[in-house]
Amino acid sequence: MASIRLAVPETARVDEIVEVKALIRHPMESGHRRGSRGEVIPRDIITRFECRYAGALVFAGDFHPGIAANPLITFHVRATRSGDLEFTWTDQHGESWSESATLTVT
Amino acid sequence: MNRIVGCVSLATIAACSAPPQERAHDRLSPDEIVSGSVFLTAETRALQADDFANPGFLWVDRGEALFSEAPQTGPACVSCHADGLAGVAATYPAYDSDTDTVLNIEGRINQCRAKHQGASSLDYESDELLSLTAYIANQSRGAPVSVDTSGSARAVYEEGARYFRTRRGQFNLSCQQCHTENWGKRLRGDTLSQGHGNGFPAYRLEWQSMGSLHRRLRDCDMGVRAEPLPYGDPLYIAVELYLAARADGLEVESPAVRR
Ligand code: HEC
Ligand code: HEC
Repeated sequence: MASIRLAVPETARVDEIVEVKALIRHPMESGHRRGSRGEVIPRDIITRFECRYAGALVFAGDFHPGIAANPLITFHVRATRSGDLEFTWTDQHGESWSESATLTVT
Repeated sequence: MNRIVGCVSLATIAACSAPPQERAHDRLSPDEIVSGSVFLTAETRALQADDFANPGFLWVDRGEALFSEAPQTGPACVSCHADGLAGVAATYPAYDSDTDTVLNIEGRINQCRAKHQGASSLDYESDELLSLTAYIANQSRGAPVSVDTSGSARAVYEEGARYFRTRRGQFNLSCQQCHTENWGKRLRGDTLSQGHGNGFPAYRLEWQSMGSLHRRLRDCDMGVRAEPLPYGDPLYIAVELYLAARADGLEVESPAVRR
């Protein structure tokens, strides 16, 4: 089960640049560490992040080992019209987690 | 290399060669008590202060959800604690007459699970117990630590104080030597704090996760190459009580962010 925190303003004016933040709970295990008995701790990372605004992809990123656990992403979007911002994280096994927030543009 | 540097600095402390700012007194005076966050970098302090980005809140959120989830065997926590538990964690560990023991928040949660929910104990350091503890501790954020060490809690407090002052491990150092006599000095990459528990459960960057106070105590014991006590050990709860009494008046900061 994933815990996700989003910070999206509820409202914005047309063409306003708004800051958006998204935090997900994930170990981001790099695959380079060893356990107490010397065994390799298997890699377990998120590989892809996407944000869709009213259906259109506005921000995306490929993740690699070396990103800290519980990654926080901050970026900006231009408010064009009212709609949902949908955030999706997908891990190396194809499992994904999504959460959305509504932005009302006035 | 790192290890050698570490030994040298530990040896310096162990030798107690009376550097200029040596603290002779064996307890902190009330006006010098400061939180561990004071010794962190500005960036780590800023992360702790940011209620969105502070990763500890992922556990607080989860705890809040668990608090209103009923186990199959009984009512949800929220059905008996609808008004929340503001200020409670600042008064823990506390004596419980039912069990005639001193309970910390983790112990109290498991006690409520057994007594009021007919549910099994949550494992120490499990995600569920850490999350519930973080959720409850956070409701005391800003409240001054204030524990009762009188009456039946007295003997437990004394036991904790004794543990704190006893040298242990291959390095033969006591908690007292690092956290009362030498706080503010550098030890490897750290600046020694006064060793307060007011930020716990805390998110430690080294752990890349949330952890209980007992996890921190185990790290300190292992740091002097002593055998750490098991999670939830009554002796660690006694140390927890002593730490809280020693930090009297300091504000609860959980979920703190630590290096
Ligand atoms: C060799 C020195 C040393 C000894 C001995 C030692 N610690 Fe620590 N302790 C540290 C260091 C280093 C840290 C991390 C930096 C800091 O907060 O001081 C730490 C952190 C802590 C913290 C967390 C403080 C915070 O605000 O995050 C607590 C609580 C603590 N120690 C308690 C203890 C107790 C109790 C003992 C004895 C069982 C003990 N320590 C023994 C070095 C020591
Ligand atoms: C059926 C009612 C009931 C349920 C369910 C319940 N509790 Fe309690 N809780 C109590 C009572 C009553 C007390 C007072 C001590 C006692 O009698 O056990 C208490 C005490 C506490 C305290 C200490 C309060 C203080 O002031 O010292 C905490 C913390 C707590 N409960 C947390 C929880 C959590 C977390 C859960 C869910 C896992 C939970 N409780 C479920 C009834 C309940």
